[in-house]
Amino acid sequence: MQHADPWTTLGPTLAPLAQMAGAGDGTGLGVLAAVVFWVAAVVSVLAGAAVFHVDSMARATYALALSFVAVGLAVLTLQQGYVGVVIVLMMVMEMAVMAVYMVMFMGMNPALMPMSMVHGKWAALGAAGATFVLLAAGALLVPWPERRSGPPPDLTRALGEALMGSHMLVMVAVSPVMVATIVGGVLLSSHRTRYDRLGDDLDRRPADDPQPGGVGR
Amino acid sequence: MSLELVLVVAAALFSVGLYGALSQQVVVMVMMGLELMLNGVILAVAAMWWYLAPDPSGQVLLLVVIAAMTVEMAMGFAVATVLHRRSGSDMTDMATELDR
Repeated sequence: MQHADPWTTLGPTLAPLAQMAGAGDGTGLGVLAAVVFWVAAVVSVLAGAAVFHVDSMARATYALALSFVAVGLAVLTLQQGYVGVVIVLMMVMEMAVMAVYMVMFMGMNPALMPMSMVHGKWAALGAAGATFVLLAAGALLVPWPERRSGPPPDLTRALGEALMGSHMLVMVAVSPVMVATIVGGVLLSSHRTRYDRLGDDLDRRPADDPQPGGVGR
Repeated sequence: MSLELVLVVAAALFSVGLYGALSQQVVVMVMMGLELMLNGVILAVAAMWWYLAPDPSGQVLLLVVIAAMTVEMAMGFAVATVLHRRSGSDMTDMATELDR
């Protein structure tokens, strides 16, 4: 049974508003999805800009988390339930870890200390502006092809079957990269490893010489 | 709501992230900029998937982008830890060992 497109059921008063929001564009997204998408899009860009404008790293972290949640919501409105939920859950956890790093490394209460640590601000602004103009021009001027086909009935199931079937190579490639990341992360962040041992005894501490020498360690 | 407008939003996210990645001095803030750039890429890929060819291949590509984001964050935090341990600072301007 076909479901009625909400756009077509709107009265003549609301139709222009719905059209402005982009509903009824032939891809099956309703008015509500279009409105939610645009709210999420505006929030994501504003929160992203706030990351580099607010006075403290803690607030910057919250702003980035908000931007990611908004993008996750926007992806959800594009009918990608699994990926949207993964983005939201992963980014909220990642920002929680990031907040811990702020407290560890900044050596102060990051919510109370105003900070602005930038270099080459105007050059960076120019590069970012030029990139935006270039990308936006490409997005608006390229003759995008017509939609090739409709989505499968159960997207999450189709994604799972693709990952475990025709696109297994992606999982095979991503898995060792993840393992390498874990090993690299542990090696980089370890205080002392087998390469920093001071003699044969792993528990030996560095010599407390009044005059440091050697290779500078 | 059309593909073009969604891509313009994604371009805005990417550009804001680029500004942060180029201008910030603190390693963690540089990572935030890179994250925002990948945020824009995610939105662009999701929109192109929906508006051009909504079959599972596009979603697989999205998962690869998310995996790349995870790797970037994990290694970035590890490098920030090393920098802080070696020089007591997490500023990019202090990480000049490769200059010599």
